[in-house]
Formats: sequence, C-alpha cells, structure tokens
Amino acid sequence: MTLTKSAHSRRQLFRKLKSDVMVGLTVLATALALVPLFLVLGYLVSKGATSVNWSFFTRMPAPVGQSGGGMANAIVGTFELVGLACALGVPIGVAAGIYLAENRGGALAQAIRFSADVMMGVPSIVVGIFCYATVVRPFGGFSTLAGAIALAVIMVPLVTRTAEEMILLVPHELREAALALGVPRWRTSLLIVARTAASGIATGVILAIARVAGETAPLLFTAFGNRFWSTSLLQPISSLTMQVYTYAISPFADWQRQAWAGALVLTAIVLALEIGVRWLTRGDAQVAR
Amino acid sequence: MPRVKTRGFGVRAVGDRIFNLTTLAMALVILALLAGLTAELFRHALPSIKAFGFGFLTSTDWDPTTDQYGALPFIYGTAVSSALALLIAVPLALGVALCLSEMAPAWLSRKIGFMVELLAAIPSVVYGLWGIFVAGPWLRDHLDPLLAKYLGFLPLFQGPQVSVSMLTASVILAIMVLPYISAVCTDVFRAVPRSQREAALALGATKWEMVRIAVLPYGVSGIIGAIILGLGRALGETIAVAMVIGNSPQISASLFMPSATLASVIANEFVEATSTLNLAALVELGLVLLVLGLGLNIAARLMVYGATQRRFQKPA
Repeated sequence: MTLTKSAHSRRQLFRKLKSDVMVGLTVLATALALVPLFLVLGYLVSKGATSVNWSFFTRMPAPVGQSGGGMANAIVGTFELVGLACALGVPIGVAAGIYLAENRGGALAQAIRFSADVMMGVPSIVVGIFCYATVVRPFGGFSTLAGAIALAVIMVPLVTRTAEEMILLVPHELREAALALGVPRWRTSLLIVARTAASGIATGVILAIARVAGETAPLLFTAFGNRFWSTSLLQPISSLTMQVYTYAISPFADWQRQAWAGALVLTAIVLALEIGVRWLTRGDAQVAR
Repeated sequence: MPRVKTRGFGVRAVGDRIFNLTTLAMALVILALLAGLTAELFRHALPSIKAFGFGFLTSTDWDPTTDQYGALPFIYGTAVSSALALLIAVPLALGVALCLSEMAPAWLSRKIGFMVELLAAIPSVVYGLWGIFVAGPWLRDHLDPLLAKYLGFLPLFQGPQVSVSMLTASVILAIMVLPYISAVCTDVFRAVPRSQREAALALGATKWEMVRIAVLPYGVSGIIGAIILGLGRALGETIAVAMVIGNSPQISASLFMPSATLASVIANEFVEATSTLNLAALVELGLVLLVLGLGLNIAARLMVYGATQRRFQKPA
C-alpha cells in the first residue's frame, strides 16, 4: 500500500515536473524569438545613428570615392511612390471591401474574398515581373508610375480585407436605423456604415503603407532606382529600400555606412507607422495580415 | 447581411445601382489582377516554355552565354532554404503561440504578441543588411565551427565556412517567417473552445497535459495551415535572401556553401537579361514561384479557415 502510494506520488511529481519544463520551454521560445528584434534594432541604432545627420536628408548621393552625400532623392522617392500607390490602391481596396461586406454571403463575394487572401501570399517579386510586363514594356521604360502600380497591386488585397472586417464590426442596428429613416441604401453604406468604420479602415491603410514602404523586390525592375531627382512620372525613381540595397551590397565602406543610416531611417518610419497606429487603436481591431 | 430589395424608384434606385456596380467593379479588379498576373507571366515565359519544355524544371544548366536555362539549382535552393527556415522557426513559433495563448496573462500576452508582430514589420532589406554585416559573420565564426566539429561527419556541414551561405539565408528566413506562423497559431489556439480545456483540467490534467490533450489536437489543421503559410512567405522572400545567400547557381550538399533561390536569381539577373530567351527563362522562374505561392496559399487558407471558424459552431 505504502509502496504504490509513493509510486503514485512520484508519478504525480513527474507529471508536474514535465508540465513545468514544457511551460518553461514555451517561455524560452518566446524569449528567443524576441532576441533578433532587439539585436536588429540595436545594430541599426549603433551603426546607423552616427551617419544620420542633416546632409543625409538634404544631399544627393555622392559619386563613388567622394565621402558625404545623402539620400534626399531616395527619401522623397519613397514618399512619392507610396503616395501614388495609395492614390491608386486605396480607393479600389476600400470599394472592394465595401462590396465584400455588403454581399457577405454571395458566391462571387466569397470567391473575391478568397482571391484577396490568396493574393496576399503572391511573392512581391512576381508582382514586379507583372508590372514590368504590363507597364514598363508598353510605356517604354522604367518609371515612377510602374513602381507605384506595383506597390498598389500589393496594397489592394490588404486594404480590401481590412476594410471588409472593419465594416462588418459596425452594428447592424445602425444600418437598420438609417434605412428605417428612409435613407437610400447607397447613402447608408457610404455615409453611415463606412464612415463609422472609417478609423478602422484608416488603420488598415496605414498598415498597408508601412508594409509597402519597406518593399524592395517589386521596385527593382519597375521604379529601377535613380541617382538623381526624378522629374516625371515616366522617369525611373529611387526609394530608400533600393538605395539601402545598392549601398549594402557595394564594396565601399562609405556607402555601407550610409546603408545603415538609410536602414535606420526606413525602419524608424515603418515602425513609427506600426506602433503609432496600434497605439491609437488600442482596441481589439483585427487587421488583415 | 440580409439583402433588402430597394423599393424606391427614380434617383434612389439609380443611386443604389451606381453604387453597387462601382463597388462590384472594384472588387472584380482583384479577380482581374490575379488572373492577369498568371496570364501575363505565362505569356512572357512562353519562349522559354517552348524551348525547354519540362526539361526546364530538371536541368541544372543556367548559362546566359550559351542561352541554356534550367531551374533545378534554384528550385533546390528555394526548397532547402525554406525547409531549413521552417525547421528552425516552427518549434519556436509554436512555443511563442502556446505561451501567448495558454501561459501568459492577457496583458503580458498582448505586449509580447505586439513585439513579435514588429518582427514582421521590419523591412526585408534591413534584415538583409543585418544578415550581411552581423548575422552572417557571426554564424561563420561561432555556429559553423561548432556544427563542423560535432556534426561534421554529415555532408551538410563540411567544406569551407563563408558568411554568405545557405545556412545564413535560412536563419534570416526563419526570423522573418516566425511572426507569421506564431500569429496564425495563436489565433488557432485561442479559437479552441474553453470547455475543451476545462474538461481536461477537471480530469486532473496538468497544464502541459491540457495543451497536449485539448489544445494541440484541436488545432492541428490550423497549425499545418500556419506552417504552409510560413512556407509560402519563405519561398517568395527575395531581397533579404538575395543579400545573404551568395547567389551561386549550384547544388551542393554543404549548407556552408553559397546557393541561389528562384526569387533571388530573378532579383539579380532580371535587369541584366541578355536575350529574349534569358528574360523568358527568368519570367518562367517567376511563374514557378507564382504557381507554388498560389498553391500553398490556397491550401493554407482553406486549413486555417477550417480551424478558426470552428468557434462559431456549437461545442460538441
């Protein structure tokens, strides 16, 4: 009797111990997963901060061999590309999101929803090839427009799915109240429902901006990069990401230093957007990934 | 959302119709883009498809000077780097997801979950830069010698140790896909009904036993979906990989050697393509990538839908 009892309690102890070990392992995994985040951010600051100065933001890239210079054109290029991509992609994405939310159960809506989800998984370099074939070739050269279209293609499914989710969060009673007052359906959808969801939709748009601002691959053979100012939408243009890429794989120490500075600025912009948005919408907004 | 037929006439009905058609048209843009992507890539890959046929996928020749193109070294590079990345990332991601959904208190779980998500927010070119100058050299100096010493009998860990290698690319990829896998897994675990857990605990299960009995089996299809989703990310990742993998179209057993992936070779050679056939071959690599990406995503989404929608069903 005593023997079985002690065997029993040993077994209990073993189970408890095993459980504690496994819980410990999950905590360890979480700690390990966060290590790269701090390492990357730490190196960015320690290697990049010294090269981020006034001329980095205001000067053009210096020719090989000359030190100094900055990324003024690349910074402006990033804003230009992303701004144009928003102008093209956000209206399409939001309208498509409204359609999906209004026709929740429809077969076509379901097919489109699924396509949007699948499109989020299309490798961004493939989008670059697509825009090379459909924009760069017909228009006769690399251009700002082609780069912006590539980014817009990436944005559309992200914005669509977030817009849909946000609109679905709007209480149904609100819609019914408006309809009961005799407001036409389209005004209800646009001015009551979509407007109520506006801050959520804006969140989704900003997260999509953060995502495409960090894209390099789809720009390589659409926007192409440019060491000078781009004065027309049909000219190639630089972006922070492409400039960092070019400088990082170059053999020149001065360029590599600038690559760290560019990466720091880029990461700061992207993380500021991400953190800012999440902080502003501390609720439980579910955003498409 | 129940559809209410508009009963009005005149302006009202016209307004509704315009609104419906506009939103429908924009939604159709998504279908058009997806179809257009596939069609355009196929059209531009046609010269290469005609010239090499199925041999394109099995040939190891990649030589722009003789206009001979085979995709096997890149398919191999993509497959090995992605598989290795998942091997590293999946156990960690599962640990993170379990910690966030089962172990940590809600307030801490939110904060840590957010930090893990930030990993996904860092641009890939930044990971590439960090890989070139920090992670690559560190792996070469610290991890590679260890692997060579204790596992050197395997052909995987033999030969010269360089900082731009399959191993470096896989480690960077692992860091990049981890947040995607853990985020989906966390959602999947949170969708497991509370009653399942309570039943296990009521039977005297320890915390880990509860996870094993009640949570993991319930989430299996969701976990597989999350892994496939991560695989899709890993396959298509371009810039970070192109920066650290060394871009050499060779198949070598050693993970210490440079390699190349479908995406990385497109990034490197597309602009410098010397002939129509060269360009077509690169587009065909893109087509392979697209087909793989679409196939994996369709499979993954179906599995994740299944796992996270269950919360709406009645508990059995």
